[in-house]
Amino acid sequence: MDEHDSMSCHELVEAITDYLEGALPPADRERLDVHLAGCPGCLAYLDQVRLTIRLTGRLTEDSLPALAHDELMAAFRTWRSGRTT
Amino acid sequence: MRFSSVTGTHSPRCAPHGTSAGSKAERSDRWRAGRRPRLGYGAPSARGRNLLTETRDETPLLDALRGGDERAFARLVDELTGPMRRLARTFVSTPAVADEVVQETWLAVLEGLDRFEGRSSLKTWIFRILANRAITRGQRERRSVPFSSLFDPGPDEPAVDPDRFLPSGYAWTGGWAGFPRAWDGIPEDRLVSNETMGVVARAIEALPPGQRAVITMRDVQGFESREACNVLGISETNQRVLLHRARGRVRRALERYFDDRGLSASAE
Repeated sequence: MDEHDSMSCHELVEAITDYLEGALPPADRERLDVHLAGCPGCLAYLDQVRLTIRLTGRLTEDSLPALAHDELMAAFRTWRSGRTT
Repeated sequence: MRFSSVTGTHSPRCAPHGTSAGSKAERSDRWRAGRRPRLGYGAPSARGRNLLTETRDETPLLDALRGGDERAFARLVDELTGPMRRLARTFVSTPAVADEVVQETWLAVLEGLDRFEGRSSLKTWIFRILANRAITRGQRERRSVPFSSLFDPGPDEPAVDPDRFLPSGYAWTGGWAGFPRAWDGIPEDRLVSNETMGVVARAIEALPPGQRAVITMRDVQGFESREACNVLGISETNQRVLLHRARGRVRRALERYFDDRGLSASAE
């Protein structure tokens, strides 16, 4: 086994973010794709990472309390009047 | 000084990105937090027009703001305040302090609006003001680690326990000793349940501030990598390392949870 041509599972898991970010050099990307094509373990791992990203993307945001919002709108009106007069 | 100026750094609007999370449409959904009361997590809001993400041309929005259009400002506040609050929470001690930072940021935005030159997107500019203020505030509170190490990835941290790979001397050195378990058989309603989303939320809250800030911007809020780097004042490489570690920890938390619940299945 030529270590320059093949990628181990261990190496793959540490390269996965660069891979998904499109930041892996072309040669490494190809080694990774070749490895993935024949490794059910790494395919399952990649699925796990993708699902992790998808679930993280479902976290939503709290909204600003109404009081703070009203203050901001008042600040905007003050700012506006300071500019137009 | 990475944070010396909020307007001084040129930032190309359109950052290249790979095959990472979410479509454009999904991303723009995330900005529509609105003022409806929400839990900390749940389904993305309904699809709709979005001033900041739907079009690259912010001129109409800027013109409206500078012209004193109150509704345009209200809408901007509604869209960005939730994401701003979440990012501010990364650096300061309490939700109340985060709200103060958000409020101060909006006032600073008004003050600076006439001088904004559009060299970064409006969103990036606003978030950079926010990050500067939140980090400064966090330092003052002495809650967070020293500024110099805030985005320092620290010592190596494997994404997967090294014991799960075969040691040297085996035919498949560095191969899985046992495959990761498959998650594709988990029903969607279990995947997006409050319980599962709670696991994700708690894992992110437990991250070091730098990792938390990056995964929040990238995977929760859908910023491009270039934008996240610009807002946080870090390099692309640094950002990727922090993102890798953050995703690794969230994945491990999910793996423990799914395995404990017997939801994952053999991948072989």
